[in-house]
Amino acid sequence: MEKRIYLDHAATTPLDEEVLQAMLPYFSQKFGNPSSLHSFGSEAHDAIENSRKKVADLIGAKEGEIIFTSGGTESDNLAIRGIAYMNKDKIKEKGPHIITSSIEHPAVLETCRDLEREGFEVKYLKVDRYGFVDLEELKESISKGTFLITVMFANNEIGTIQDIREIGKIARDFGVIFHTDAVQAVGKLDIDVGKLCIDMLSISAHKIYGPKGVGAFFVREGIRLKSIQTGGGHERGLRSGTENVPGIVGLGEACRLAKERMDKDVPHMIKLRDKLIRGVIENIEESYLNGHHEKRLPNNAHFRFTAVEGEALVLSLDQKGIAASTGSACSSKKLQPSHVLLAIGLSPVEAHGSLRLTLGRENTEEEIDYVLDVLPDVVRRLREISPLWRKKL
Amino acid sequence: MSMYSKKVMEHFLNPRNMGKIDDPDGVGVAGNPVCGDTMTIYIKVKNNRIVDIKFQTFGCAAAIATSSMITELAKGKTIEEAEKITRDNVADALEGLPPIKMHCSNLAADALKAAIEDYKKRRKKK
Repeated sequence: MEKRIYLDHAATTPLDEEVLQAMLPYFSQKFGNPSSLHSFGSEAHDAIENSRKKVADLIGAKEGEIIFTSGGTESDNLAIRGIAYMNKDKIKEKGPHIITSSIEHPAVLETCRDLEREGFEVKYLKVDRYGFVDLEELKESISKGTFLITVMFANNEIGTIQDIREIGKIARDFGVIFHTDAVQAVGKLDIDVGKLCIDMLSISAHKIYGPKGVGAFFVREGIRLKSIQTGGGHERGLRSGTENVPGIVGLGEACRLAKERMDKDVPHMIKLRDKLIRGVIENIEESYLNGHHEKRLPNNAHFRFTAVEGEALVLSLDQKGIAASTGSACSSKKLQPSHVLLAIGLSPVEAHGSLRLTLGRENTEEEIDYVLDVLPDVVRRLREISPLWRKKL
Repeated sequence: MSMYSKKVMEHFLNPRNMGKIDDPDGVGVAGNPVCGDTMTIYIKVKNNRIVDIKFQTFGCAAAIATSSMITELAKGKTIEEAEKITRDNVADALEGLPPIKMHCSNLAADALKAAIEDYKKRRKKK
């Protein structure tokens, strides 16, 4: 295969060269344990504190409010379980105890389901056809026992950006803690945890050109959590275990670069995204955009095509050198249609006919031209095979 | 693609006997749109032998490959021989399927059986 075009940045991004260079010394020469008192320890310690500052800077937080974790999933678990286990006595009060949306990432959804088995009551807010939660339903759902609202910043499949400021305000008004999984939003949208009234926020490094296996968690000063991992009391007792120093250095550098490049990257991705969306909708009959046309991630284009199945589409595109996805990488080996697409009201067949293309800073206009050149033929071929495509070709 | 055998990919990318038969002697449909697959198999029978067979499939690569393979296996066979084709025959001919996709070979076998049943029913009516 000669030509390869990567359009699956919501699954993961390539490691930035500058990030790699920043990380390298911490694998070998600067290998110290940050907890050690000698100079080896202090250079590692300084490196993670420096990273903490870079992460905090990207989202308008204080350094002391950032905890390093193994990634988005752990951050979500820490936020939700950490608050829930501090509020065990609230189980006796009228619920829901936790309010979330029906289109969350499995890291949030499955954690909530697990807590339901432990006796907590969870409310899953409906979404409209674009994927927006109903703010009225949110307000009406809050009761005496509610201690946590967790709603994702932007959806990983259809790219819909929630009205986070409004949700944050509602949470603040009712005195409920607000957590948001911002894994897809960080580095692409302006995030200021103060202005948006966010109390807790999850970040993953490998979605922003950093390494896999490392993430961060913002928790507002004064909020007490129960740790979910016991041990030596690292990260203010919230996340025991010797820190992943090279990974944390990589995350910090990725955050710094994201902030520095956002002004250039975001308009670039929006330009390519809109070209892609326009080109597909105009040139492929019965093709539709999932999600909202404006309030969507700068890098997300999510389509559905009548009578064509997503996996067949992804494998056909892979043959042409284009890396895409049916929904989220996590679910591409499952048979169930995406819970997000069902929640926005698509039928199972429509949900199976979906394709997600997610851009990155390194994609070019020529690459989009190539996709627009290849995709109509791929869809046409699969429709020829499909019994659901009744039209004459 | 590590998930599928070479044979599956080959049949997915170059499906045999794809399409519709305009005046079929039997038509069989199998599928479950919720898991994302629907198959239609058309057969033309002469002297108790399947002389032509075509398929249309909405589904994943495995669904398309199993449809294609079962048409190859059934073409030219007598009705009795074709009835004996099992999902394992299809999966084996494709050099295996991922466990999670085994149901696709089931669907292909079901669609062929349904087409043969339909053929028998039509004959009785005549």
